[in-house]
Amino acid sequence: MDVLKIATAGSVDDGKSTLIGRLLYDTKSLTSDKLEAIKNKSQQLGYDYLDFSLATDGLVAEREQGITIDVAHIYFSTVNKSYIIADTPGHVEYTRNMVTGASTSQAAIVLIDARKGVIEQTNRHFFINNLLRIKTVIVAINKMDLVDFSEERYNEIKSEFEVLMSKRDYQDQNIKFIPVSALKGDNVVNKSENTPWYTGETLLEHLENINQKDVLNTGTPRFPVQYVIRPKTEEFHDFRGYAGKVYGGELSVGDEVVILPSQTKSKIKEIHFYNQKVQTASRRSSVLITLDDDVNISRGDMIVKANDLPVIDKQFTATISWMDSQNLASGNKYVIQHGVNKVLAKVDTIHHKINPDYSGIDQSAQVLNMNDIASVTFKLNKPIFYDAFKDHRTNGSFIIIDSKSNNTVGAGFIQ
Amino acid sequence: MINKIMKNTSQINPLENEAIYIFREVAAQFEKPVLLFSGGKDSITLVRLAQKAFYPAKIPFPLMHIDTGHNFPETIAFRDRLVKELGLELIVRNVQDSIDQGKVKEESGRYASRNQLQTTTLLDAIEEFKFDACIGGARRDEEKARAKERIFSVRDDFGQWDEKNQRPELFDMLNGQIELGQNVRVFPISNWTELDVWSYIEKEKIEIPSIYFAHTRATFLRDGLIWSADDDVVYRDEDEEVIERIVRFRTVGDMSCTAAVLSEASDISSVVQEIRDSSISERGARIDDKRSEAAMEKRKQQGYF
Repeated sequence: MDVLKIATAGSVDDGKSTLIGRLLYDTKSLTSDKLEAIKNKSQQLGYDYLDFSLATDGLVAEREQGITIDVAHIYFSTVNKSYIIADTPGHVEYTRNMVTGASTSQAAIVLIDARKGVIEQTNRHFFINNLLRIKTVIVAINKMDLVDFSEERYNEIKSEFEVLMSKRDYQDQNIKFIPVSALKGDNVVNKSENTPWYTGETLLEHLENINQKDVLNTGTPRFPVQYVIRPKTEEFHDFRGYAGKVYGGELSVGDEVVILPSQTKSKIKEIHFYNQKVQTASRRSSVLITLDDDVNISRGDMIVKANDLPVIDKQFTATISWMDSQNLASGNKYVIQHGVNKVLAKVDTIHHKINPDYSGIDQSAQVLNMNDIASVTFKLNKPIFYDAFKDHRTNGSFIIIDSKSNNTVGAGFIQ
Repeated sequence: MINKIMKNTSQINPLENEAIYIFREVAAQFEKPVLLFSGGKDSITLVRLAQKAFYPAKIPFPLMHIDTGHNFPETIAFRDRLVKELGLELIVRNVQDSIDQGKVKEESGRYASRNQLQTTTLLDAIEEFKFDACIGGARRDEEKARAKERIFSVRDDFGQWDEKNQRPELFDMLNGQIELGQNVRVFPISNWTELDVWSYIEKEKIEIPSIYFAHTRATFLRDGLIWSADDDVVYRDEDEEVIERIVRFRTVGDMSCTAAVLSEASDISSVVQEIRDSSISERGARIDDKRSEAAMEKRKQQGYF
């Protein structure tokens, strides 16, 4: 069964949680005890409607403040597909959360309040989805009931959004506009009678029709070695297998490969998935590979096809999203985790910061604050094997770890 | 040689492959991991996934059961058989010992349960064995507070969860760096739903304890839920009438806080069908969550699994 991961984001009260609650309700994914809890709570709060946002706002602090503060994961399924929604908030650590949610998603829903139109949040959310090269974006123009389901207003917002689209870096994004009312249920799951001028799909119809090939970015196969398996049992006496996940493409038995960093050549002898031997490992499968030759391989090494090597270098420039309250400055040292590989890194140069309204860049920036997005060059203590993020979503991304706090303080996309 | 070709992405199970990846990260990033095993379907599923992650080698860490002493006997028998068949190491630590040592106090009254008391026994065992990673079968779809849980969730010296200060998890990169004394709770099936687990058990033909299937049991009704009456663990008022019903359990926790559901589903395919059709969430039959809306979040902050 297909699994589609969707990122949602929006500002505090544009109805994101309500939209998700509505999706759950109309797809009959809310169980009777959950629905009852929502009914009771809505009544207790004195609402004359069901507050579906109560289905998703999980933490006590959120219920008290009536806002969402972290990434929450929500699950529902139809007969065709399983859906995982990463619901991220639109304030305080907004960029950090949006980037996090988008990094694990294949599609995104950008929510716009029809009364307000395109605002800075919309701009930011779209920019981040574009930066992370999310292939499918749905622009849900919400609260249509509050603008009398006006086609004119819908078109106005659409043109405002098209201005943003004209500035985007990643042009291959599929963008779809849908007029909805999450509160009333218009065009979420069921087609609305209030928008006869809209002949397109409802939100769910559109999600259902998204094909895997519409959302997956394909590249060349990369196999970072996670773990070396040596059973040392009688049956598997000399067995030495390399466990990992295949990213970007397929690997097959007989493929000529190169092992990095040693650059040793070999051939794939067998591919195991549990107790089965398979001919081909598809992308995103967690397999075990054995090689023809006895090569010394350990965690963090990478197996790639011989005719398609990544860049091997001790420095790179990346667009990074800074997520920590401690500033990033030139000369600072961090641990960079690139896939399963860890290296020590030093900030060499901060080239420029993206202006918060995405109007341009600021070349005078000396430090990065939380939520900043900037172009930075790092120098490493040993080479890593990378691709540009635009060519390989997995092998072109990394996280930054502060070795004092051990926290993940940033994420980067190699240029 | 079986020439099964996993050619199309749609033919692989993304959730299974993700879980295998997480297991391998645990083995690579931590010194002393342990798999928390309750005998329930989620932890049994974890064992199968761990087998797949390390085959042909054995699972490179032990299983640990925090035994409340109030488990269904079927679960304990099942546990011991599984461990023996797979040649795994099993550690058992008992809540009764924590009670005897005066570390926790047994609850009394009609809602008495040892469920909360497990936390102390678990934290003591983590300290005793110096475990730095505890793998568990919690899923984000179970409960609202779990929906925000990370796959690698850092706990401090006191086993506490700081939900406001969680590490962001990007792509599938898992940051397992911790300080001495801290440990990480790992949830490989975070992204699975109840139906995903059941479908997997069916597809993989995984054996599970018999109480998951319809059977006749002496039961009584309380607060609209069906409780097991054929043992001394569950407190029962004299006016609560015992009736034999055909029931099964959807979750297998402590007997004192796990209610049964009326069901005729006597094999795995009818259970899967029942879950598909059902309209009550799994934790709806867990009285420990009903204590208050924020019950789970509070227990998690205190170090509950």
